[in-house]
Amino acid sequence: MARERRWRGNLDDLNRPSPALLVALVLACLTLITLDYRGGSDSPLEPARRAAGEFFGPVEVATATAVRPFTAVPHWFRSKDSMQGDLMALQAENSRLKGEVNRQDYDRNRLEEYDGLTAAAQSLGYSLVPARVVGLGSSQSFSSTVTIDAGSDAGLRPDLTVVNNDGLVGRVLRVTRTTATVLLIVDSDSVVGGRVGRSMEVGFLHGRGVLGSDGRLDLELVDDTAVPAKHDTVVTWGSQAGGPYVSGVPVGEVTSVYSSLRETSQRAVIQPFVDFGALDLVGVVVPSGTKSDRAVIEADGSLG
Amino acid sequence: MSAVRALVAVVAVSLALVLQVSVFPHFAWDGIVPNLCLLVVVGAALTRGPQFAAVLGFVAGVALDLAPPADHIAGRWALALVVVGYVAGRVRQDVRPTATAVVATVAASSFVGTSVFAISGILLRDPSLGVGELLQVIAVALLWDILLTPFVLPPVMAMFRRLQPDRSLA
Repeated sequence: MARERRWRGNLDDLNRPSPALLVALVLACLTLITLDYRGGSDSPLEPARRAAGEFFGPVEVATATAVRPFTAVPHWFRSKDSMQGDLMALQAENSRLKGEVNRQDYDRNRLEEYDGLTAAAQSLGYSLVPARVVGLGSSQSFSSTVTIDAGSDAGLRPDLTVVNNDGLVGRVLRVTRTTATVLLIVDSDSVVGGRVGRSMEVGFLHGRGVLGSDGRLDLELVDDTAVPAKHDTVVTWGSQAGGPYVSGVPVGEVTSVYSSLRETSQRAVIQPFVDFGALDLVGVVVPSGTKSDRAVIEADGSLG
Repeated sequence: MSAVRALVAVVAVSLALVLQVSVFPHFAWDGIVPNLCLLVVVGAALTRGPQFAAVLGFVAGVALDLAPPADHIAGRWALALVVVGYVAGRVRQDVRPTATAVVATVAASSFVGTSVFAISGILLRDPSLGVGELLQVIAVALLWDILLTPFVLPPVMAMFRRLQPDRSLA
């Protein structure tokens, strides 16, 4: 040992960390974990999260804006400007029509049963704050969250519904002045109240925590005798006061159904309409007349 | 000098974090991106030893835990990267590491780092993923990190060496 020390000289100091420091660091990590784990949603680390968000949020927005022209290069080569305009208009129309078709069963039932009570009445009058995705949480962290470039300045607050052209994206978890963190519905922590459009049966949609092309949701119906059919469309049924999810937003379609004797409810696998690997432009559902730092898309399609 | 070094290290970690969150998702495979923060910590460990790397790992980990859009329990990446900084720093430093040694260290660090994070998640019941899926994520992350090593590690290691010429072993 002594000879070793002589051989390596002051290198040894460099290569050997002080045990006290290591212990302190590990203890600091464990303290953080404990504080955050015990604290739950009002954890003492929320202010720190917010502070980090205020600092990193604008940087993420700037970076995403800076690289957007480059990530759009392949797209630009494929079509000229005018054609791209047409294409986008057609895509938007297509998505809108698809959305209408997906909601058709639901809408018919809603009219027939005349059950569009408070939740539906609220869903008629909502406005959208447009925002772009500027940061994606990596799958190594095993949580599916994104950052969008609209925050409290744009009129956002936690527990608002986030949608895009194709359907439900998720809900706002926390906001900073200029950014907001969105929990995607495919996250394993996410639970959404869903309704099968054809049968009006209600249930709960659980995320599987897998992003990418095999991102799926599990639908558990409350009524164990109800069996959803393949290709049935699932929409949100909304909770009280319109939060966190407004009602009637298309979520996905049934791809397969499982039932076991042991389990008391049916389980169906839902393929979401939204492609979570390629999220870009999203809209946050806000109450009509919200003050915002940008143009808000009102319920009648006008810009407010 | 020490303050400058700390500042440069923090800037490097912040840059890595922003690139990881805002740029690399465009190239992501099923949402898995190269862990640039881990690569910076390994670079620091290979040039400056385990003590500096463990502290830097803690800073980088806390940043990863708190910066949006992170939503997992804070402290998990911090723990993972402290371990990575310590383990990678134990690689012999009396010789300049060869390319193979650097790649091997990155591979080991990536495996250890992602695994510590995943295991802490299982203990805290944070994600409800199967072991198969966890292993798949760990494997893809490992491939990504090795793929990015030739582009990230040489400049990072050169930077940390230049910041401390008297201790540099070049």
